Amino acid sequence: MALKTDAVGKSWPSTTYQVGREKIKEYATVLGIENPVHFDVGAAREAGFRDVVAPPMFAVVYSMHALAPAMFDPDVAMNFATMVHGGQTFEWGEPACSGDEITTTAKCISIEEKLGNGFYVFETVSVNGAGAEVVRGTWTNIVRGV
Amino acid sequence: MADLKAGDAIPELKVTPDKYLTNRYAGASGDFNPIHIDPDFAKAVGLPSNILHGLYSMGVVAKAAAQGLAGGDPRALKKLTVQFRGMGLPEQEIAVTGTVKEVDGNRIVVDLEAAQGDNRIIRNAEAELEL
Repeated sequence: MALKTDAVGKSWPSTTYQVGREKIKEYATVLGIENPVHFDVGAAREAGFRDVVAPPMFAVVYSMHALAPAMFDPDVAMNFATMVHGGQTFEWGEPACSGDEITTTAKCISIEEKLGNGFYVFETVSVNGAGAEVVRGTWTNIVRGV
Repeated sequence: MADLKAGDAIPELKVTPDKYLTNRYAGASGDFNPIHIDPDFAKAVGLPSNILHGLYSMGVVAKAAAQGLAGGDPRALKKLTVQFRGMGLPEQEIAVTGTVKEVDGNRIVVDLEAAQGDNRIIRNAEAELEL
């Protein structure tokens, strides 16, 4: 079966996520990250942050909202039954702090068949309210047996 | 950290996700895919049990890099690339190991891997940090 590639180059509507102290705390706690800059506004400000700062991988929390509609788009037509998350890259810019409104846009970069498997690559770009890039994510999903 | 050089090992990070970790990670991340939180569902689709979220394991790798080289400074990690391979399982210890690949001034590139015993759940991970 030929792989459907109509969605390559397509972008989806941006989503905006407001970063909050309690959500950062919850994420850091699950990961066992103990640096007080993630829990205490005084410690965060002392270290030079505007407010409580998110650990880098908190990027998944605000990026996912923009990515979900892309993954479920019928133009993409991924077969979820045989899909695995094959690889991930994040490149960080400005730190994400409590109070930031982060806007993320998702785009389909490529859909390719390699050795009978489908490789679906999406990019998310997240910027803060000042327009500075916070993180750029590259998400590779592999669908076995296309 | 000034004397770091290629080939140096970074401190190993070990963590054992408990039985309910995937539920807490689902809540924290918003990813409630039942393969991560429902053992019966996971088995019904051919998995050994409910499996760890790949992005949780990536989070553990990110923590190992930031903690091992930058005292946990969230500004240090500039880039992290991983490949998810073996499935991670709750209640098994994860060990993250890493080796310095390049040092260029304050910029450091580290190769990392996360494994549960012989099962390498994250391979070919590469982190770039600014110290």
